[in-house]
Amino acid sequence: MSDSTERVTPALELSRIAKAFGAVIALTNGTLALNAGSIHALVGENGAGKSTLVKIIAGLYQRDGGDFRLSGETVDFTSTAQSKAAGIAVIYQEPTLFPDLSVTENIFMGRQPLRSFGRIDRARMHEEALGLFARLGVRIDPDRPTLGLSIADQQIIEIAKAISLDAQVLVMDEPTAALSGVEVERLFAVARSLRDEGRALLFISHRFDEVFDLCDTVTVMRDGAYISTSPIADTTVEEIVRQMVGRDVTTLFPKTEHPIGNDVLVVDALNQPGVFHDISFTVKAGEIVGLAGLVGAGRSEIARAVFGVDPYASGSVRINGKAIPRRNPAAAMNLGLALVPEDRRKQGLVLESSVARNATMAISGRLRKLGLLFSSTENAAARVWSSRLEVKTASLDTEAGTLSGGNQQKVVLAKWLATNPSILIIDEPTRGIDVGTKSEVHRLLSQLAGEGLGILMISSELPEVLGMADRVLVVHEGHITAEISRADATAESVMFAATHSIAPTTKEAGQ
Amino acid sequence: MTTVTAPESRIARTVRAIVTARETGILLALIIVVLAATIKNPTFLFSSDGFRDLLLTPSILLLVAIGQAVVIITRNVDLSVGSTLGLTAYLTGRLFIDVPGIPIVAVFLIGIVFGGLLGLINGALVAFAKVPSLVITLGTMYAFRGINVLWAGSDRINSSDMPKDFLALGTQSVLFIPVLTIIAIVVLVVAAWFLRNKRAGRELYAIGSDPDAANLYGLKVTNRLLGAFILCGALAGLAGVLWAARYGTVNSQAGTGFELQAVGAAVIGGVAIFGGSGSLWGAAIGAYLLFTINRALPILGVQDFWQRAVVGVLIIGAIVLDRLLAQRQARKLVEARDSNG
Repeated sequence: MSDSTERVTPALELSRIAKAFGAVIALTNGTLALNAGSIHALVGENGAGKSTLVKIIAGLYQRDGGDFRLSGETVDFTSTAQSKAAGIAVIYQEPTLFPDLSVTENIFMGRQPLRSFGRIDRARMHEEALGLFARLGVRIDPDRPTLGLSIADQQIIEIAKAISLDAQVLVMDEPTAALSGVEVERLFAVARSLRDEGRALLFISHRFDEVFDLCDTVTVMRDGAYISTSPIADTTVEEIVRQMVGRDVTTLFPKTEHPIGNDVLVVDALNQPGVFHDISFTVKAGEIVGLAGLVGAGRSEIARAVFGVDPYASGSVRINGKAIPRRNPAAAMNLGLALVPEDRRKQGLVLESSVARNATMAISGRLRKLGLLFSSTENAAARVWSSRLEVKTASLDTEAGTLSGGNQQKVVLAKWLATNPSILIIDEPTRGIDVGTKSEVHRLLSQLAGEGLGILMISSELPEVLGMADRVLVVHEGHITAEISRADATAESVMFAATHSIAPTTKEAGQ
Repeated sequence: MTTVTAPESRIARTVRAIVTARETGILLALIIVVLAATIKNPTFLFSSDGFRDLLLTPSILLLVAIGQAVVIITRNVDLSVGSTLGLTAYLTGRLFIDVPGIPIVAVFLIGIVFGGLLGLINGALVAFAKVPSLVITLGTMYAFRGINVLWAGSDRINSSDMPKDFLALGTQSVLFIPVLTIIAIVVLVVAAWFLRNKRAGRELYAIGSDPDAANLYGLKVTNRLLGAFILCGALAGLAGVLWAARYGTVNSQAGTGFELQAVGAAVIGGVAIFGGSGSLWGAAIGAYLLFTINRALPILGVQDFWQRAVVGVLIIGAIVLDRLLAQRQARKLVEARDSNG
């Protein structure tokens, strides 16, 4: 699409790649050109399609449309082995190692150096592994199993793997997410030396300081589509953030204003080493507090700890002045806390059970008569909330798994509302729900808040957070980096806090 | 503490590896059982029959256990090996009856190939239909046995149906070591060498350790699984031929229950039931322990009906031990990491 004439053939070029999973469209226009001897940044919000693009490059997914060229030749990878053989190494967000096998074996699996009779040359493999680690400047025992290694060390092993593969194209999907400052510097030194050797690198990161430090070109994606590519020197953080967010916060969110009461949920100095640190916040009656941040920032972990599913090392959680014991979700439930989990199919519902059974699951103890549970009692209890929430189902005996995403979410909501909670924690309330039902869920949340329920809403969708929340807490790498009032919350200010360790000065601008 | 240990000499490394190996413990248990039985009754070891039986009895199970261990290492299981063994044993007898003068070598080859084909059926169903191997091979276990019953009916192969030279294989010894044992040990050495030194062998461990990672890595998972099941079937086929030679009579029930003994041998020998770790040596020692304990317990005065319970305790004990060792190692590795970081 560019009109430059003396452009060199890119090492890897994607143009107008499309990919859908059933009805869900992940990519509409994936476009990217990586040049040899360059480090290219790919940025975008959660769900912008970056990971899908990476998986297409890796040969894990096959594209539905568009062109994929490697050094000018069109390629069609049907397996990861093919993409690897073509000189593409991909380092995933989550390292993919074999825990039972040694570090060395993990690096060389499938292409170990051989001696006579096709024997694996263990001595040489050991030497090469040591050489790789020396080059990377790390000390890892090559003979130990990878089980129990830190994410940072696992990441280093993935990189050693890619280097030993002599890959011409190296894709790194958020390699620095779990690394410390020193480790990041080390990684960058390696990345630069690989660039100077004439390889093409793709670097996906949410940390703009790193992008500007390391990369020479940046491509922005949004909603599964290509937005822009520009040399790093010609752009600014503000510009990129604007392109990433790029859409208007629509009036899709029927938020109603209503009075806000006293503190109901008080979380004080919650700590869990390695997961979240010094988390303090309150949720008032009738208030919707948005918990924003990038995927993996620790939002769900915080919610799970508050509810008592996950442990925490120190800190306290109080609801209506009563302390909630650690690791005791049943007690949290009795004290008036409800948690609608992110993965409703796995954690929120029993898909094989009926709508009525699911909707009354949290109060089945109360419905029991002489220890027996009758479906007539279940149905009667379920009817109350499912009709209020307008669950669209043929009958209350329908299997929950057959409902649409939005209606499933309503059943999960009904289940918790039946316990008459005073605080509702809801994780990604509208993930995987179609637009129409989405606003219905939003109206419902707004209405519940109007009736005095305090809501803690975790969401990765900026418009949802901005549209619904009375107050926004932003989590970045396990810390709350900003608390922004509704009036001051903009896409830019939330995104900035979500990608930077130090909060901007919007904190007390509200009052 | 650092994660990098001081460089050890090669010999020290080897010695440490042997002492801490999972197989050492089970070998010690085997030696203790043999010693205890021999002290109680010296003929257990020190008579030509006793020594021969000690080596001979577990040999057929050893072959089946090797194949089973290879499959378990890939995080699968093959419950059809007993039926494969039975079907091949009957086929062996039929070949001698229906094809007079057939060379013994040809019978062996046919048996191995036939077993391999049955293994291929299992492997293809597991690798392509993506159904858990436990279910697939439970099905083929009954199916193969059903075919066997259909074919044999109430007939049986008698030793008079088979050539003397063939039957001699089951009882003969070379330098006091039974031929059957020699065959089993040769197979064990070759298979263990393959698993340790060939790329394909290591990939089997990788697949069992994390099947998803193996896919992402671009390993040929389908091919490797097919290979493992074919090997397992072929070894069960070989075991079937040897069964006919050893026992001389074959009916439609030959090898019933062998599949569980093979799984038991592998598990007792330290092959992790969820794949990724363990060795064929361990499985082999496990097979020997399983059979030797059965022979030793009556000598030690343990009543008949306790014997199976002892085997059960052994299997559960092995799994609990593995679990404890794995937890201890995971804890140690994490501690090493924390004190390092």
